[in-house]
Amino acid sequence: MPRPWLLAIGLLCTGCSSNWQSALEPQGDVARHLDGLFWLFTITAVVIWLAVMLVLLLGLWRRARLPQAVADRRAGIAVGAAVAATVVIISGLTLASYLATRPLASDAPDALVIRLRGFQWWWEATYQDEAPDRGFLTANEIHIPVGRPVRIELAAADVIHSFWVPNLAGKQDMIPGRDNAITFTAQQPGIWRGQCAEFCGLQHAHMALLVVAEPPEAFDRWREAQIAEARPPADEVEAEGQRLLEAKACSACHTVRGTTAAGTLGPDLTHLGSRQYLAAGMLPMTRGAMAAWIADPQGVKPGNNMPMVPLTADELQALSAYLVSLK
Amino acid sequence: MSDERPPHDLRDTMLAEASLAHGLTRTWRTPAGLLGALSTVDHKIIGRRYIATAFVFLALGGILGLLMRWQLARPEARVIGPDLYNQIFTVHGTNMMFLFAVPVMEAFAVYLVPLMVGTRNIAFPRLNAFSYWVYLAGGILLWVAFILDTGPDVGWFAYVPLSGPQYAAGKRADIWAQMITFTEISALAVAVEIVVTVLKQRAPGMSLNRVPLFVWSMLVTSFVIILAMPAVMVASTALILDRLVGTHFFNPAEGGDVLLWQHLFWFFGHPEVYIIFIPAVGMISSMLPTFCRRPIFGYLPLVLAVVGTGILAFGLWVHHMFTTGLPRMGESFFTASSMAIAVPNGIQIFCWLATIWYGRPVLKTPMLMILAFFFTFIPGGLTGVMVASVPLDTQVHDTYFVVAHFHYVLVGGAVFPLIGAVYYWYPKFVGRMMSERIGRWVAGLLLVGFNLTFFPMHILGLQGMTRRIYAYPEEMGWGGMNLFVSLSAVVLAAGFLLFFIDVFRAARHGPEAGENPWGAATLEWATASPPPPYNFARIPVVRSANPLWDSPDSLPVATGLRVDRRELLVTSVTEARPEAREASPSDSIWPLIAAICTCSMLLASIFTPWAVVWGMIPVAAALTAWFWPKGSPEEEA
Repeated sequence: MPRPWLLAIGLLCTGCSSNWQSALEPQGDVARHLDGLFWLFTITAVVIWLAVMLVLLLGLWRRARLPQAVADRRAGIAVGAAVAATVVIISGLTLASYLATRPLASDAPDALVIRLRGFQWWWEATYQDEAPDRGFLTANEIHIPVGRPVRIELAAADVIHSFWVPNLAGKQDMIPGRDNAITFTAQQPGIWRGQCAEFCGLQHAHMALLVVAEPPEAFDRWREAQIAEARPPADEVEAEGQRLLEAKACSACHTVRGTTAAGTLGPDLTHLGSRQYLAAGMLPMTRGAMAAWIADPQGVKPGNNMPMVPLTADELQALSAYLVSLK
Repeated sequence: MSDERPPHDLRDTMLAEASLAHGLTRTWRTPAGLLGALSTVDHKIIGRRYIATAFVFLALGGILGLLMRWQLARPEARVIGPDLYNQIFTVHGTNMMFLFAVPVMEAFAVYLVPLMVGTRNIAFPRLNAFSYWVYLAGGILLWVAFILDTGPDVGWFAYVPLSGPQYAAGKRADIWAQMITFTEISALAVAVEIVVTVLKQRAPGMSLNRVPLFVWSMLVTSFVIILAMPAVMVASTALILDRLVGTHFFNPAEGGDVLLWQHLFWFFGHPEVYIIFIPAVGMISSMLPTFCRRPIFGYLPLVLAVVGTGILAFGLWVHHMFTTGLPRMGESFFTASSMAIAVPNGIQIFCWLATIWYGRPVLKTPMLMILAFFFTFIPGGLTGVMVASVPLDTQVHDTYFVVAHFHYVLVGGAVFPLIGAVYYWYPKFVGRMMSERIGRWVAGLLLVGFNLTFFPMHILGLQGMTRRIYAYPEEMGWGGMNLFVSLSAVVLAAGFLLFFIDVFRAARHGPEAGENPWGAATLEWATASPPPPYNFARIPVVRSANPLWDSPDSLPVATGLRVDRRELLVTSVTEARPEAREASPSDSIWPLIAAICTCSMLLASIFTPWAVVWGMIPVAAALTAWFWPKGSPEEEA
């Protein structure tokens, strides 16, 4: 399904790419709050630093010769005043910090709930629904509706990870044995990148998550598409790809709903081709990248849990073609 | 004091200057030769060793820093793979915290505190020798493991479950945990020595309100060490037990708790920052009057600020855990306490500014390093206020913003004063002056190189660059700034290189220093440079906080100590009134042997719990020999 506005945003993001994972470009309610607070603190800090540097320079430059008793009395007054000012400033900043914390804790009853689990080194997202057959699993890319609060429930499957999409909100850890959650609202459509923020082992650097915020109608279309089973192969090559997926080791770890592949150790691949990136943000979703990934997962992302499955060139072709076709 | 004098009791009152020096040297000197060097308990020799070893670890850790910058200079670079990179940043952090920063501060105290309080040796000098050997063994353990590609790779904070039995196979995490034990033992030993030296061995008349500020800082630091270090020893021991014998302290599946590790680690880890920082502020407070040519302004507020910092240091640890989902109410308390620590730090800064303002500052190298401290530490302190705020911390936590913040605090706040302190006390350690001309270059290169390296990291962190990543995609747009940072790191490294060159050069070619080259006010400058083995021919008597300024011609002295055996003066805690003559232990090889036995036991326990059982036997034997009474009457005096 062509979505021109999404493409346009994608192009925009590659144009100014340094802003799609930045706390300085807030696009959600929480991030905006934090941004305001950040500038309050920063400006205060710069003013204080400049004032201290000015006093230091003047102190080095001037050549006063006061009797020590007089000097000590004057210094006492000045130091007392400066300490009092410090107390006032610190109290003000503490208060501002408290006030900024309050909206973060607010609960939104109508929020969309997404359950996110961190694995070494990818993300599993579960969209739940009151009707059990309308829930689904996806990985490494979540879609959210613009303007509606989203509550992300955070859990970890192995070690500690941390969910952080700076354009939308601050981070929150995913800790084994504990349940955390974070609530925020995207205020405009766009594609934001997040990255695991807690050191989680060899490939901590390559554990990215894409968040696509889209208008509610687009979100609903995406959701319906995700609920559906995998699209059947369109030609001979893709059919061969599906056969290989079911016959080879792939199906031991991965699920493609609508086929016999039902493994649960790795990411759900039912709509793999609809995602923009492969291997938790490492590679673009193209046939070439897919073939490279399957042919040598340890070369692309050393230490990850996907083994190399021996395939002939033709098999590799067919399997990549099939996987990329899973829109 | 005993009234009966044995016939051979030789007192310093009986001798003229020359024969007194001769007699004291014979009693206190360290014998030449290898055995003498290994058996010495002279705090100056051990202190110098400690300092030199710590600076070797600084250089090694710095090389690791440069390697990381090499890898990060370009996006998706393949200079260093993820496995080696994780070892490098873990060893860099562990090395800098446990093998450089804490030991170097304690090392300065081991050398300077006995001189500054006017005594002849540190308290428990054999324990002091033992602590150095254990520290050295811990350092060697970490680095040998790293060279053998079994260096720890779980971060210097070693969060479970990543460092637990399930996710950290092999011995890497065990080596980290056991190295902690080594360095904690040595740190605790030195802390105890310093507390006793400061409280019981001060020169007569050095009441608590006349104690030099560096000594006050070390007293507070030592108490912080004694109270904070046990938490991490409990944590690392529990980790070793989880890994070695299958306890489940940190395994949530068996009722353990992952966050328990973080609480224990940071209950130590945050005071750790102040264990490094408080000695540095003490150095500033002790150097500043010399270069402002007036007594420090606000002695009492400075002492109270240091004590207050030491106490508040224990109320901040949760600000390392603001993103773990603790209850908001509790987090708010820790925001307030974390911000409150800005007040005692502010008091110190303002008192120093007042000292400069009403003084007549001279810009020698130590003073230049103090100015570099002002320029760099204050931004670090201010970003500290930012990370103390829960909501702000949720954005910057675990990003390069925090990397920038703590390097500003630790390098700007502790290493810069430390480099100044080396320039300041080097003449006392070695007897020769370092070069002023090179010193200016060092100060300039360090200041510029540091700020160019670490300032951009604030922006990188806000732009989303997380910590502990060995690579980043090109489309993140972080490449240009990372390249700039890596190039600036070379400037910073050049500054340190020049500093090391000057240290080696000055040892042979520096001009002779004399007793008091800077015209300073405290007691360590009242004896030769370097000091004789007995420190002071006669114990000075102190009548003010700046004894050498207030009695410039000659200090009053206390007499009556014996010359023919090691003896020092014990004084009361608050007033420093003389209470007793106390024997000070002679040289002994047993601390070294005890250290070897202890370290072998700890090392072997990485591999089998039985090592603890069998290893206890040689340790007990060595300790027995160490404490064996000699039967001579003065030993029991």
